[in-house]
Amino acid sequence: MNAPLQTPARVKHVKHQAQTSLAALWKPALKQAFVKLDPRQLVRSPVMLVVELTAILTTVLCFIPHPAVSLGLGVQIALWLWFTVLFANFAEAMAEGRGKARADSLKAGSQGLTARRRVAENQYQAVAASQLRKGDIVRVEAGELIPGDGEVIEGIAAVNEAAITGEPAPVIRESGGDRSAVTGNTRVVSDWLLVKITSNPGESTLDRMIALVEGAKRQKTPNEVALDILLIGLTLIFLLVVATLQPFARFAGGDLPLVYLAALLVTLIPTTIGGLLSAIGIAGMDRLVRLNVIAKSGRAVEAAGDVHTLLLDKTGTITFGNRRCSFMVMAPGVDAQTLAEASLLASSADDTAEGKSIVEYLRSSSALQLPPQSEIKAIPFSAETRLSGADWQGRSYRKGAVDAVLNYLNLGRDGLPAPLAREVEKIAQSGGTPLLVAGEGRLLGAIHLKDVVKPGIRERFAELRTLGIRTVMVTGDNPLTAAAIAAEAGVDDLIAEATPEKKLQRIRSEQAEGKLVAMCGDGANDAPALAQADVGLAMNDGTQAAREAANLVDLDSDPTKLLDVVQVGKELLVTRGALTTFSVANDVAKYFAILPALFAGIYPQLGALDIMQLHSPQSAILSAIVFNALIIIALIPLALRGVRVKALDAASLLRRNLLIYGLGGIIAPFIGIKLIDLLLVALGLV
Amino acid sequence: MQVQDYWLILAFFVLVLAPASFLGRFFFNAMEGKRNLLSPLLLPVERLCYRISGVDPERDQDWKTYSLALLAFSAVSLVVLFSILVLQHLLPLNPQQLPGLEWTLAFNTAVSFVTNTNWQAYSGEAALSYFSQMIGLGVQNFVSPAVGLAILVAFARGIARKSSNGIGNFWVDMTRATLYVLLPFCVLLAIFLVWQGVPQTFMDYVQAKSLLGADQTIPLGPAASQIAIKQLGTNGGGFFGVNSAHPFENPTAWSNLFEVASIILIPAALVFTFGHYVKDLRQSRAILASMLILFVAGLALTLWAEQQPNPALAALPIEQVGSLEGKEARFGTVASALWAVTTTAASNGSVNAMHDSFSALGGLLPMFNMMLGEVVFGGVGAGLYGMLLFVLIAVFLAGLMIGRTPEYLGKKLEAREVRLLVATLLVMPVGVLVFCALAVSLDGPAASITNPGAHGFSQALYAYTSGTANNGSAFGGFGANTPFHNLMIGLAMLLGRFGYILPILAIAGSLAAKKRAPVGQNSFPTHGPLFVTLLTLTILLVGGLTFLPALALGPIAEHLSMFQGF
Repeated sequence: MNAPLQTPARVKHVKHQAQTSLAALWKPALKQAFVKLDPRQLVRSPVMLVVELTAILTTVLCFIPHPAVSLGLGVQIALWLWFTVLFANFAEAMAEGRGKARADSLKAGSQGLTARRRVAENQYQAVAASQLRKGDIVRVEAGELIPGDGEVIEGIAAVNEAAITGEPAPVIRESGGDRSAVTGNTRVVSDWLLVKITSNPGESTLDRMIALVEGAKRQKTPNEVALDILLIGLTLIFLLVVATLQPFARFAGGDLPLVYLAALLVTLIPTTIGGLLSAIGIAGMDRLVRLNVIAKSGRAVEAAGDVHTLLLDKTGTITFGNRRCSFMVMAPGVDAQTLAEASLLASSADDTAEGKSIVEYLRSSSALQLPPQSEIKAIPFSAETRLSGADWQGRSYRKGAVDAVLNYLNLGRDGLPAPLAREVEKIAQSGGTPLLVAGEGRLLGAIHLKDVVKPGIRERFAELRTLGIRTVMVTGDNPLTAAAIAAEAGVDDLIAEATPEKKLQRIRSEQAEGKLVAMCGDGANDAPALAQADVGLAMNDGTQAAREAANLVDLDSDPTKLLDVVQVGKELLVTRGALTTFSVANDVAKYFAILPALFAGIYPQLGALDIMQLHSPQSAILSAIVFNALIIIALIPLALRGVRVKALDAASLLRRNLLIYGLGGIIAPFIGIKLIDLLLVALGLV
Repeated sequence: MQVQDYWLILAFFVLVLAPASFLGRFFFNAMEGKRNLLSPLLLPVERLCYRISGVDPERDQDWKTYSLALLAFSAVSLVVLFSILVLQHLLPLNPQQLPGLEWTLAFNTAVSFVTNTNWQAYSGEAALSYFSQMIGLGVQNFVSPAVGLAILVAFARGIARKSSNGIGNFWVDMTRATLYVLLPFCVLLAIFLVWQGVPQTFMDYVQAKSLLGADQTIPLGPAASQIAIKQLGTNGGGFFGVNSAHPFENPTAWSNLFEVASIILIPAALVFTFGHYVKDLRQSRAILASMLILFVAGLALTLWAEQQPNPALAALPIEQVGSLEGKEARFGTVASALWAVTTTAASNGSVNAMHDSFSALGGLLPMFNMMLGEVVFGGVGAGLYGMLLFVLIAVFLAGLMIGRTPEYLGKKLEAREVRLLVATLLVMPVGVLVFCALAVSLDGPAASITNPGAHGFSQALYAYTSGTANNGSAFGGFGANTPFHNLMIGLAMLLGRFGYILPILAIAGSLAAKKRAPVGQNSFPTHGPLFVTLLTLTILLVGGLTFLPALALGPIAEHLSMFQGF
């Protein structure tokens, strides 16, 4: 596992970008709202297509006067029906805008890009990047952009991937090993690379990013398709309800104006969710893109919300990559100051992460001063002595593994004082690594090096547990060490001495129980497991094999992202469910507004159903249709942001959301329609 | 209400609910071929049935084979019954020399009994021979609820099984449903009814002189056995024209109590049978709770409505004790209201009072019960599978709100299931709204309506609702026996039956093939008060949103005009 490239600076960078984009986006979105009126585009959102057709019908009806409907009212109804479609289009355009702005800037960079394609050994031909096919081999020199996703087959170079990842520091890419994958549109800043292209035009990371956030090309996720069918079903039911009202009314000796029926239809069909469904999907993907995670399909994101089990690599996800000094134990008769000074000197020249962590630990706990560098003679680690340290003023300070230090002091295993021996034993049993420190020829104490669990990860796992997700730690450590870390991190289960086969087997057995499994990985040997998992997150700086097998790629190569992906998946589903429930619940109030108005001429006694006491039949119908349009605008921020998923068990989560969106959905329109009615009357519009 | 009214209602609920849990397990064991109380007696009969018909009881069918078997069975039933009705004058057991039925009436009646609707556009004693009643209708009274039960257990298997192709064997399910579930109870109830005075005879009608000296024909027949299965099998087709309002069909207070309770005896128990299939009785309790809420609410409202004095008569110097018009004086308002709600909650359709003469609200509730798709207990099997569809809809609508794609008992609901669900959702609007719109806009068919205005509209709406919901109860006052209505209501009944059954079997097949995700803390909780509320509201919302406009033009307008003096 490679250490994550992420730095605090980059996070700030992304935030900044998101803020500027929102403010700058609404103008183009407004224009897009009109472009999207094209029925060919609206077909993707059948509910809104019905609204548009109804809007066209009502517009035509404005020219065919009906005795009960004034021209002014007819025009207003037609206008608000058009607004309903436009608002929904606007929502989608806003959602697209954010992701697209970034994708567009990337796309601009790739236009006119040429590549040197190898035609024979040492013979290259310049071709347009867009003509490159899978399997082509190109040579990229310092200063040039890599023309497509691929795998380094020769050479080593520093590559700046800022365009894709936002990370300004160049990374090393070389052939073989785990750092051989390169991404299109990233710049080689030193040396040269021979790259084998691994994606056809339209399949690259960049293309995928664009496809995820573009409404017209986006592939709907499976649950979205299912929801769409339900919405079409509800639309059909209401179409039948409204269409049969005219014959029923005629039987009762009345006649209903077609415009009113059109208005009733649009208020009843689920326009709120129908209008925002696409925006919710795009915004969900955009949240992923902003997390620097590329999904190869929306399916994987949805599956992330459903995951039962997370397989997490210990190193890099649960713990920091390296062991760190956590505390020190003095040998009998040694004072703390002596041990601290000796440890500091012994580690002062040690460049390894462990050595640095000892210095850090000592500096943070006491105000020790190192003597000037020039006075210290560094003794680097050697395979022969298995010790490292320094000599200062003729005195030697060494640290190393227990046996090595005892050897250095010419002591046997039993030369270790009993209290210290007990401590050393304890450290080993807790999964840590004990080091001994010697100075001026005598044993001074022991250092506890341990895997340090990332701060906050325990709480994160507890949250996941309340959401019903089990975490399994995967590590190559022996079972004893692994169990200690697992207990500290609070994971539910662990796989110790893990091999790729063991991982794959675990995934299969979980899946056989009907569970969905998510994991992340980067090595070539992770590829089968990544492919088998329902959600596989590959690290961008990993191997091409892993990137191809996974269904998500993290551009930052931060395995902790898996937790964020799960969160995004859940938010996506909850937002969809909440707005669907809200939309259907809204219909109750709309009936109470429209039905009495509609039948006022036939059965005036139905006025008893007008519990909102609206001003007149005309204002009742107009208020309902205005509310129906405005609620879409009002909910755009929620659709784009997504409903936050609190760490609660399913029953509490359901109760909370049902109260807000179900009960709220029943009550809100009663208030909203009444207010709009008052406003319309005050403005003299009815 | 008087003391005996409270006792009646209490006795009704005790009779229905007390044995439900025990019977539910018994039905489960019987349907799955496990040893049960009646095995020693009936197992040899069951084996004999398989041997004669060449059925291999071990062979599972996938949903397509199961559906084909069902369709073939129903088609044959339809043709045979149609032929019997048209040709009854050529067949034996016709002491009154009744002629064969006109073909549209025969079609309507055949469809009606094959689909477990028992809509009767004819009057039993005036039109049908004993042969038609016993061999024609009687057989369907048994097999049509057996089909409903078969579909239910097939659906339950679909939910309970994992990664499986089969959903059971139609022929086996039919045999067991008839032998173990319907027959034994029918025998018991028939004997009870004979004891209470219901005729069971092949004798000719009796010619008598009335006290006024007029000639009178008193119809008789093998009634008790018919009536038992008509109640237990949620059939509802009376032996006599006025159904259980007739003194021979429902002679005493005891017969009334047992007849009304036996309407939902089996449907209530089947809720527990389902719980045994999915190995989770909490699901049963949640579904039963939702059914009871809807039932009790409907009953309370109807009782209240029927107790109200009629405002039109308020000015007259008479004392009004509830609304007694159109009700059998022997039963009074409470027993009539209880029956009306029960028979429409279940898709039974037998009546002991004319719903046409109920108050407007009292007539609305039975109609609304049917519009919900007969899911409040509902027909044998049919009620619960309809209810389960609502469970799936509730789960799909709100299930996303826990941040997971919707699943019921570990089975994911995906595009295919939703498509089939939507198909079933369209059945009621098409059968009720579209067909009724057609009927009221054509001059000829509209002439069957015998009242003007809102009440007249209720008559037509009720007839098409009753047909599509496979209920079969009649509002009264609607001249249903015309070729147009015979054919259209016949089509509505076919749509209401097979429009549900085929999608349900397809859903069963699709769910059976799926893996079953472990049900745990993060699963959508489909039990407990929260889910009961959600389910109940979903049913009311779907039913209400679809039918509120039509109801507004019928019973609601009538009710309001009566009380506002329009």
